[in-house]
Amino acid sequence: MVKLYPCKEFRFPIVAECINPEVFRGKTSKEIEMLKVWEGNKQRKLSELFKIEMADGDVENIVIQGDLSKVRKIGAGMKSGEITIHGNVGLHLGEEMQDGKITVYGDVGGWVGSMMEGGTIEIHGNASDYLGAPYRGCSEGMHGGKIIVHGNVGNEAGARMRKGIIKIYGNAGQFAGLRMRDGTIYIQKDAEARIGACMKGGKIVVGGFLESVLPTFTIEGVREKVKIEEGETAAGPFYLFLGDIVEHGEGKLYILKDKNPHLRVYEKFL
Amino acid sequence: MELLVKNGFVYDPINGVDGERMDITIKDGKIVEKVNEHKARKIDASGMIVMPGGVDIHCHIAGSEVNAGRLLRPEDHFRDFERKTSITRSGVGYSIPSTFTTGYRYARMGYTTIMNPSMPPLEAKHTHEELSDTPIVDKASYPLLGDWWFVLEYLKDDKIEECARHVAWMISSTRGYAIKIVNPGGLEAWGFGHNVNSLDDQVPCFGITPREIIRGLCKVNRLLNLPHTIHVHTNNLGKPGNYQTTIKTMQCVEDLADGKPAIHITHCQFSAFKGDSWATLESGAEEIANYVNVHSHVTMDMGQVVFTDTTTMTADGPFQYTLYELSGNKWVNHDVETETSAGIVPFRYRRKSYVHAMQWSIGLELALLIKDPWKIFLTTDHPNGGPFTAYPKIIAWLMSRKARNATLKRINSRARSRSLLPSIDRELNFYEIAIMTRAGQAKALGLKNKGHLGVGADADIAIYNVNPEETDPSKKYKRVRKAFKRAAYTIKGGKIVAKDGEILRHMEGDTMWLDVQVSEPIKISEDMKRRFRDYWTVEYENYPVGEDYLAISNPIAVRANV
Repeated sequence: MVKLYPCKEFRFPIVAECINPEVFRGKTSKEIEMLKVWEGNKQRKLSELFKIEMADGDVENIVIQGDLSKVRKIGAGMKSGEITIHGNVGLHLGEEMQDGKITVYGDVGGWVGSMMEGGTIEIHGNASDYLGAPYRGCSEGMHGGKIIVHGNVGNEAGARMRKGIIKIYGNAGQFAGLRMRDGTIYIQKDAEARIGACMKGGKIVVGGFLESVLPTFTIEGVREKVKIEEGETAAGPFYLFLGDIVEHGEGKLYILKDKNPHLRVYEKFL
Repeated sequence: MELLVKNGFVYDPINGVDGERMDITIKDGKIVEKVNEHKARKIDASGMIVMPGGVDIHCHIAGSEVNAGRLLRPEDHFRDFERKTSITRSGVGYSIPSTFTTGYRYARMGYTTIMNPSMPPLEAKHTHEELSDTPIVDKASYPLLGDWWFVLEYLKDDKIEECARHVAWMISSTRGYAIKIVNPGGLEAWGFGHNVNSLDDQVPCFGITPREIIRGLCKVNRLLNLPHTIHVHTNNLGKPGNYQTTIKTMQCVEDLADGKPAIHITHCQFSAFKGDSWATLESGAEEIANYVNVHSHVTMDMGQVVFTDTTTMTADGPFQYTLYELSGNKWVNHDVETETSAGIVPFRYRRKSYVHAMQWSIGLELALLIKDPWKIFLTTDHPNGGPFTAYPKIIAWLMSRKARNATLKRINSRARSRSLLPSIDRELNFYEIAIMTRAGQAKALGLKNKGHLGVGADADIAIYNVNPEETDPSKKYKRVRKAFKRAAYTIKGGKIVAKDGEILRHMEGDTMWLDVQVSEPIKISEDMKRRFRDYWTVEYENYPVGEDYLAISNPIAVRANV
């Protein structure tokens, strides 16, 4: 296990792609200390910013303790191993991650798990905007893997998603599942407006209150339960909407009936 | 400054030099008979190939269209960036790199002259601003004149001489180099939401056909004695079955040729599709090659597709709309007032897609089936078929059957079974590659001082670290690819600008333009000024691009016959 503690309170953004089991593998503690990180526009050694403790020979298990809200790109592109963070984390955590596990006991910034292809990210706190979403302009978002958030998330969670699953046990902001192609987004509590805008496929399940469904969705029926993933189903009944018609989409939007009595007007179209 | 390039294997097709070991001597930016051996700086090129600097006849590197592409695609930038060094400036972009990076990347590959093929006359100023910011390489632009209202009107009334005088004014005042025709008639029709589907369709409101436009401008081109032929992007580009249109386009100017080149068909791969639909798409390369092999009035460039993520951009608005509908990607549609249109769609060519794999095959088939390398040139129609940085890859495919087979194995299996490539044994040699990448292009463009290493030529030289006596390109294609990717030396205007792929010097390149001289000064009629006021957002007085607008102006005087 490798333990990292921030040496100070960071004032400038830190880009630390090297905090990654993939990079640490096969390196001695000396070599790990010499890894390069950017602090603002200055390049520093990892040991200048973090106190590094090697608990045993296993460098693929990284534990970080402290406030990392200015630190970006931790675990970017990681393929194996485990990162556990006790504290808040900044942007781009686990970006383009392929496998492995990241656990955060705190809040995270934007673009967590952006364009990820595999692995698991679990957040015991809140997540900001663009959870699992790609950068501006990119047409392909999350390609696989799993993101679990126990708190709330910001806007555009799971935008342009192609595969994989995002589970949110709190509330979600606007535009969840924007331009999604496939995959699953499960929101246990409430969601804000414009959910599933321009979606072409995939599944969004809302277990709480949703103020309105976009007019470009049509009601398809009522379902008693919905499968979230292997071995997990959400009990309904759920209204099932299909859309987004603007994009000739066939995405499925499930909304819990009990919490949304105002959607009963749609029942006359069934 | 004097420079002596010693002992390289020189390939200079215009002067008939085929891999001879010789020295090249340079003084004051020109190639000279001899230099003072003691004083001159020496470059040891032994075991290396020495060629004239590369010439690219068709690559979209500047202008509002390219810039709109840059704005449309932030995702093209963040993965491919270059940090600034003490010499070079920073830049971003893979398929549409920023201006400085474009110049550096070309120079690294040994290219020194590039042609920006579509410049809406109204946006000439923007284009020249960007060209001035493209370092090292020399460049020129072709104004889009095929759907220009005045041209259409003159041609409709068969006033060839008046049209020629007007075109002369247009080329000189937009600082252009050749007449570019894109989907003749189709762009005007696109203004009304339509397109033209054959050479004999009527253009709405003008009562003229694409055939008349092409023939008319071909005659104009001849009257003006322009160094390049008309540069044509055919009708029906990118539609299955369009190879017939392409052959008809070449046929329609056959009688105007009198033995000389009369038409350049650009990015021919996109115009060589056979079949009725995308599902039955086949290669029309053989038919086109058969035609070109027996006719001397045509030159063309490949428009090769490489499997990558790129950005398509042409002035062919209706084609881009089709592409947008096919791909579902984001799209820019642009209407340039009375002049032309444009469209941009990001696109990814995939190995496993039948159509894309066929396109890849068609481009190479064209280059290999056309026997005379002076007639077909290597381009990707940057960035439409792929970025220009893919040229070394294409050179490897052309030089090595083994390289082609390696890619063939990985493409869509149906495309593999329909491709003509397995039946083609031809492998080009370095001499033919030198023709396709520099000499032929310079000759087709009528650039007298470029593309060769004879005495008096501009000292634009590329030296590649590959020994033709030891390296068999058909077997060791990876070695060749690597050598062409990063030139050992690039010399521009007698100065070493890049060594082993590192830029050593930041310098400005010339902007070439034609100063077309007609017998009496061209008077712009009151009528035309009035129409400028009526139809353009720009007043006539602000329309021409002043010569002071160009960073380094290099006018080429042409005496017209009108």
